[in-house]
Amino acid sequence: MIKSRSAMIFAWALLAPAILYVLIIVAWPLFETFRLSFTDASLRKVVNYVGWRNYEKIFNETFLTVITRTFIWTFFSVLLKMIIGMCGAVLLNASVPGRNIFRILTMPPWIVPMAIGIFMWGWMYNGQFGMISGLLQRFGLTDGPVAFLAYGSTAFWATIVTDVWIGVPMVTIYFLAAMQAIPKDLYEAAWTDGAGRWTRFRRITLPLMAPAIITMSMLSLIATFNSFDIIWILTQGGPSGQTTTMIIDTYNTAIGSKKYGEGAARAVVICLFLSMFCIAYFRIVRRLADPGKA
Amino acid sequence: MALFRKDDTAMIDRYRWWEIVGIYLGIFAFLFFLLSPFIEGFLVSLKPLSQLFSSPYTFWPENGSFAAYFDMWKTVPGFARYIFNSFFISIISTCIVLLLVVPAAYAFARFRFAGMGLVLGAFLAVSMFSGAVLLIPLFRLMRTLGLLNTYWAMIIPGAAFLIPSAIWLLRTYMMRIPTELNEAAYMDGASQFYTFRRVILPIARPGIVVVAIVTFIGAYSQQFIFALTFNSKTEYMPLPIGLYAFFGKQEVIWNELMAASFVGILPALVIIFFLQRHLVGGLTAGAVKQ
Repeated sequence: MIKSRSAMIFAWALLAPAILYVLIIVAWPLFETFRLSFTDASLRKVVNYVGWRNYEKIFNETFLTVITRTFIWTFFSVLLKMIIGMCGAVLLNASVPGRNIFRILTMPPWIVPMAIGIFMWGWMYNGQFGMISGLLQRFGLTDGPVAFLAYGSTAFWATIVTDVWIGVPMVTIYFLAAMQAIPKDLYEAAWTDGAGRWTRFRRITLPLMAPAIITMSMLSLIATFNSFDIIWILTQGGPSGQTTTMIIDTYNTAIGSKKYGEGAARAVVICLFLSMFCIAYFRIVRRLADPGKA
Repeated sequence: MALFRKDDTAMIDRYRWWEIVGIYLGIFAFLFFLLSPFIEGFLVSLKPLSQLFSSPYTFWPENGSFAAYFDMWKTVPGFARYIFNSFFISIISTCIVLLLVVPAAYAFARFRFAGMGLVLGAFLAVSMFSGAVLLIPLFRLMRTLGLLNTYWAMIIPGAAFLIPSAIWLLRTYMMRIPTELNEAAYMDGASQFYTFRRVILPIARPGIVVVAIVTFIGAYSQQFIFALTFNSKTEYMPLPIGLYAFFGKQEVIWNELMAASFVGILPALVIIFFLQRHLVGGLTAGAVKQ
């Protein structure tokens, strides 16, 4: 590490462009969102400060339903990503022939343009001609076609499944990397003592992967909470608002109805939740890195 | 990163036959979930429309042909342009990110100064706020700057959100470059800038390449919300938005939409297969202590 005075100036000079960019494109808009949330900004040129009126206006039953829905949606999506990702990592960690190819084959949902993957799901969910409805009918599991995106309850789960589909590859690859960092001799010692495969997973893999699981759940929570593309492309928040999460709600208010002030107030509520997650995340990461300090 | 290492099958890894069957069944179920939209999408692109819109559902195409791959150019007139736009936006975004991130990552990797932890934390926090939350002020900013309905309206905000992970990745890489190199250069009287430019950059090149690839993929795969909101000109639309407009029509010509989608994801698939070794390492860097 280098500490001299001229080196310090050089270091700040290296950082300056990136800091400036992020200040203008992220920090300033963040500040503006707070400011606008206290105004009646719209397409009109005149902008008046209205105090807490936007917040008084948005905090009603509908908005609380949206918040609850967002949390339920996020919770199930993250939970499923973790479970399926863990199963995938365990399976891909098994030493069977072909596993390198299988590992590569997990990546496409993560790497291809998100919107295009979602278009494909849009077709799969099609009631009349889509694959899922078609196969369900063929195996006699449903009587008629099921239009997954046309009913609130099925659309809710359909959007979760698509979100899980996009998130699983990253979780799997990350868990797999963490799994392979566990020292082999631990398993060998346990094996010598007669521990079975399940016991070894339960007593060695899971505890040693706890940091990776916690870190990934937090990152996944933040990403899922911010999810926009999937719901927008599949349902636009419908039918009758049944898949409207906070992000979709904010987008509809701000961009759809051009109520910038009110939309900003909704965005501020999202920011508050995100900051809470963010603080929790940093605290957890610090604690994991240095257990003695916490 | 030893994800693709060949290890010797020790006794501990011997499976009984039913365990092997179970593992393969599990892997196939897992991969089926991840790949079925692509398989179905590909089969749909081969089916004639008459078969698509018929009941009962048939999985396999009858009289399948690649006709849709030729017809789509007529149905989606801007298709070639959309692909070009997608590439153009991704390449410029990647260049901007690299220009900003390479010096910043070096500063984080090599220098220790007051407030560094805070600045690094602030950069990482950027990735926690999606563009969707900041859409209103960004929209007003782009309008004020007169950038609405230009490439820049998609490139500038998009690049900002690619910075955090790029910094993190490259910092991890640069921390592994021995400090002795800096000391040796200092002894020889090289300036800080000379050392960075002539000593560090050439050594860091493989890391920079990985960061460039990962950033490009991020830029290519996440073109939606800014393009949807900040641009309404057909000639600047990236592929996802171009196809989205097509997707929203009353009568969707599904086989051609799927054919177009496949051509659109091709670059990403090519990258996966040629660069998977770098990719896995790059995408999971920081996951595990090296």
